Amino acid sequence: MIGIIDYGLGNIFSLRSSIKAIGEEVTVTGDADEIRACDKLVLPGVGAFRDAANLLADTGLDAVIREEAARGKYILGICLGMQLLLDKSYEYGEWDGLGLIPGVIRPIKEALTEDLLIPQIGWNALTLYHNHPVFTDTRQGDYVYFVHSYYADAAPEHVIATTEYGAILTAAVAKDNVIGCQFHPEKSGPVGLKILKRFCDL
Amino acid sequence: MITKRIIPCLDVRDGRVVKGVNFEGIQDVSSPVELARYYSDNGADELVFYDITASAEGRKLFTDILTQVASEIFIPLSVGGGINTVDDFERVLSCGADKVSVNTGAIKNPALVTEAALKYGDQCVVLSADIKRVDGMFMVFAKGGRENTGMEAISWIRRCVANGAGEVVVNSIDTDGVKKGFDLEMLQAVCDAVDVPVIASGGAGCTEDFKILFREIPKVSAGLAASIFHFGEVAIPDLKNELAAESIPVRL
Repeated sequence: MIGIIDYGLGNIFSLRSSIKAIGEEVTVTGDADEIRACDKLVLPGVGAFRDAANLLADTGLDAVIREEAARGKYILGICLGMQLLLDKSYEYGEWDGLGLIPGVIRPIKEALTEDLLIPQIGWNALTLYHNHPVFTDTRQGDYVYFVHSYYADAAPEHVIATTEYGAILTAAVAKDNVIGCQFHPEKSGPVGLKILKRFCDL
Repeated sequence: MITKRIIPCLDVRDGRVVKGVNFEGIQDVSSPVELARYYSDNGADELVFYDITASAEGRKLFTDILTQVASEIFIPLSVGGGINTVDDFERVLSCGADKVSVNTGAIKNPALVTEAALKYGDQCVVLSADIKRVDGMFMVFAKGGRENTGMEAISWIRRCVANGAGEVVVNSIDTDGVKKGFDLEMLQAVCDAVDVPVIASGGAGCTEDFKILFREIPKVSAGLAASIFHFGEVAIPDLKNELAAESIPVRL
């Protein structure tokens, strides 16, 4: 059973439909015991980092996620859900993340070497590193769908995919059993469904 | 490098996809669910769904169809039509929309853009503006292009973007349904005014029109069309191959 963590943020509809579409059982839950009972977890999220971090803290789900990660359970963060996995975000201030993957979240604007629109909205190509198993069915240059104004500044050993948008931006990160995608696999057509499938098969 | 998006638009009335010419003379086209699945499997980068039946019954029917479409396609989905309140945002988002497009609702209550952007994020709020030249000025029209609001379009768009609209769809009433190409002059004026993605709508008649659009106005993020895709006059994979041949970045 794949558990989508429901903490009151994130467009869960598509995520649930996409996991169903690849033939997996899925539940959407904010209940700690149900989360503990799932085989794998997905942390979604859209919106502001501070609000999301506060919601995770208020619901006590931050501790549950950390415990499950420490037990070795596979966790996939998507978009803001990925950003929450890192140590810290500088989105309108300085906010603590879950600290499961070393790195910080910074505004794309600071990284840009040319004048581009913020947020990055649309389909962009992936460059893959470290042959991470979630990308077994993904090719160099495959396109995925991004919507973001901030990016993960993480050490190269944890960056498993990047994309180019006026700078080389992190597209996916991983450390042991914790994985994060800045893009939306559930909105990235067949390429995205294959990435989700590989995560579910880990 | 980010790609230019090609977006088919599904105007839905009474559960069917329809397409009008100059917003009038609507013809029945197809089942929205079938059409959406077809586009999702055949190179569309995003889908736009407009509910053009704003009646209460139409709305119930529409949310049923929307839910069905959203559960079967795995590309971004924008939804518009009859969005007047934050509750309307909630309603379509819970049916699987990723972005919500506001038009007349924002004209009646400009605070709607701000409220929705604060609640769901700028990326979720798409301003759709129906624009027509009146005495040489770009004017905003409401109610499906039937009513001149008396507002100048560029300042209206600037204001909505400042309030949190994350994308702008520019529908040129002057070129809509005419199939003689996008309204380059209008699109350039909007692109010069705002720093969010601009989606060109109204006037696409052939592949060449998209080439001209992206070549002449590099800042435009996407091209939207309905009838040429619905009637199979232009197949999206062919269109994208031709754009790629001109070095215009597209997702193949």
